[in-house]
Amino acid sequence: MKKQWIAYPYAVWMTIFIIVPLFLILFFSITESTEAGISFTTKHFKKFVDPIYIDVLVRSVLLALYATIICLLLGYPFALILASKTFKRKSVLLMLTVVPMWMNFLLRTYSWMTLLEKNGPLNSILSALSLPTINILYTETAVVLGMVYNFLPFMILPIYSVVSRLDKSLIEAAQDLGCNDVKVFKRVTLPLSLPGVISGITMVFMPAVTTFVISRLLGGAQFMLIGNLIERQFLSSGDWGFGSALSIILMLLILLSMGVMSKYDREYGEGGLL
Amino acid sequence: MMKFLKKAYVYLIFIFLYAPIGILIIYSFNDSRSRGAWGGFTLRWYSELFKDRQIMNALYYTLAIAVIASIVATIVGIAAAIGIFSMKKFKRELMLNINHLPILNPDIVTGIALMLLFASVKLPLGFLSMLLAHITFCIPYVILSIMPKLKQMNKHLYEAALDLGATPFYAFKRVIMPEIMPGVITGFLLALTLSLDDFVISFFTTGNGVTNLSITVESMARRGISPKLNALSTLMFLAVLLLLIVVNIRTSKDADERREKNEKIRQSGVFVSGSRDNI
Repeated sequence: MKKQWIAYPYAVWMTIFIIVPLFLILFFSITESTEAGISFTTKHFKKFVDPIYIDVLVRSVLLALYATIICLLLGYPFALILASKTFKRKSVLLMLTVVPMWMNFLLRTYSWMTLLEKNGPLNSILSALSLPTINILYTETAVVLGMVYNFLPFMILPIYSVVSRLDKSLIEAAQDLGCNDVKVFKRVTLPLSLPGVISGITMVFMPAVTTFVISRLLGGAQFMLIGNLIERQFLSSGDWGFGSALSIILMLLILLSMGVMSKYDREYGEGGLL
Repeated sequence: MMKFLKKAYVYLIFIFLYAPIGILIIYSFNDSRSRGAWGGFTLRWYSELFKDRQIMNALYYTLAIAVIASIVATIVGIAAAIGIFSMKKFKRELMLNINHLPILNPDIVTGIALMLLFASVKLPLGFLSMLLAHITFCIPYVILSIMPKLKQMNKHLYEAALDLGATPFYAFKRVIMPEIMPGVITGFLLALTLSLDDFVISFFTTGNGVTNLSITVESMARRGISPKLNALSTLMFLAVLLLLIVVNIRTSKDADERREKNEKIRQSGVFVSGSRDNI
C-alpha cells in the first residue's frame, strides 16, 4: 500500500493544532514583551519559586495522592469481589459501575454540592438520627471526596480486567501446594494484579492532579490547585507568561509521574511473567 | 459469613456511586426551593428547564459541535490511519507519537495551547474555535481505534483487489472499509462521547456567548444549587441508562446471531465433508 499521502492533510493539521500551540506555550513562558520588543526572560519560572505557589503545587500533588490511595483502598477489594464467584450476574454489576461515568462530569460533581450542603439531605439524615452534622463543603475533604467519586471507576476497571483474566489454575496450584488464603493472595493474586493496579493509579492520579473543576465547585471560589492557578493566570489576571510557565511545570510533573509508573510497570510486569 | 460481608461491601460502594444521582432525581420532583423540606411532587422544574433559553442554546451547540466534530474527525482519522499505517517505521512512529500528545497532555494544557494559537492568529473565540479544538482532540482517538484493525487486516487483500482490476477507490470501499469498520464505529462513538462531555478544552476555546452544556452547568452550579439542574441531571441519567441498555441488548443479540451463523457454517461444513466422503 503506497498511500502515505492521504495522511498528509492530518500531518498539516497536527502541525498547526498540536505542535505549534505547544511551542506557543514554551514561547510565552520564556519571553516577555516590553516596549522595546520581545525579549528572553526567566522571570516567569522564577516567579513560581515563591512559597505561595510551591504550596499550591504541593497541595495539588497531596490531594491527588490522597484521592488515589482512597480509590485504591476502596476499588481493589471491590474489583476482587466482582471478579470472584460471589455474584452471578457480573456483566450487569460491571455495567452498573460504569454507568455513573457516562453521566456528565459536571453534573456528577454538582450532585455532591447538593448532597453536602449545610441543610442538604446528608445533614437532614444525620440530624434525624440525632448524630452531629458535618460541614465539609468548600474544604479539602470535599475536594478529595469529589475526586474519589469521579475517578473510582478508573481504578476499578483496570484492576478488574487484570484479575478476571487471571489464570485460576495458578491459585489452585498454590492451594494444592499448601498455601492458605492469605498466602495465596500475598504470593499469587496480589503480584499478578499489579499491572492493573499501576494503570489504575495512573488513571486516577493524572486527572486528579490536573483538575480545576472539582476544586472550583467543591472547594469554593478561593480554593487553589495548580489547575485553578493556571486558569486564573489566563482568564482573570492576564499573566500569560506565568500561566504558560505553570503549564510547562504541570506537563513536566505528568511526564515525571508517567515515567515513574512505567518503570514500575516494567519491573512488576516482568516479575509477574516469571 | 464471608460471602455476606463481600456482598455488603459491594452494595455499599454502589450506594456511594448512586446516592448522589438518586438524591438529584428525587429533588428534581420537589416542589420547594429549599433542600431541607419536601414540598410535594411537581414537574415544574422540567417545564422550566425546557423554557430556559440558556440551557437550550447550550444543548444546541453541544449537539451541533459533537456531531460535526466527530464526523470530521472520523473522516480525517480514517485517511490518516491508513496513510500512517503504510509509512516506514521512523515516520510512522513520529506521526503516532505526535498523535498521542493530546491524549497524554492534561486537558488544561491542551485547552490553553489552543487558546494561545487562536489568540495569535486573531481568530475570535466562539463556535469555530471550539469546533476546531474538538476536532483536534477527537482525531487521535479515532486513529487509535482504527490502527489495530489495520494491523489485523491481511495486507494482500487490497493488492489482490487491485490485481483483479479494482480502482484504488473501489478497493478501498469494498476491501479496506469493511475490514476496519468496527474500529471506525468505535472511534466515532468515542469521539462523540468525548465531545459531548468535554468541559476543560471548551472552556478555554470558546467565547462570544457560545457555550456547551458542561460550561453552562458549571456556571449555574457556581451560582448555587438550581432545581433545573436536578431535572437536567435526571434526564441525562435516564438517557445514558437507556442508551447503555440498548447497546447491551444489541451486542448480546449480535453475539447470538454470530453464534447461530457459526452453527450454520459448521453444519454446512459437516455437510460438505460428508458429501466428500461419499465421493
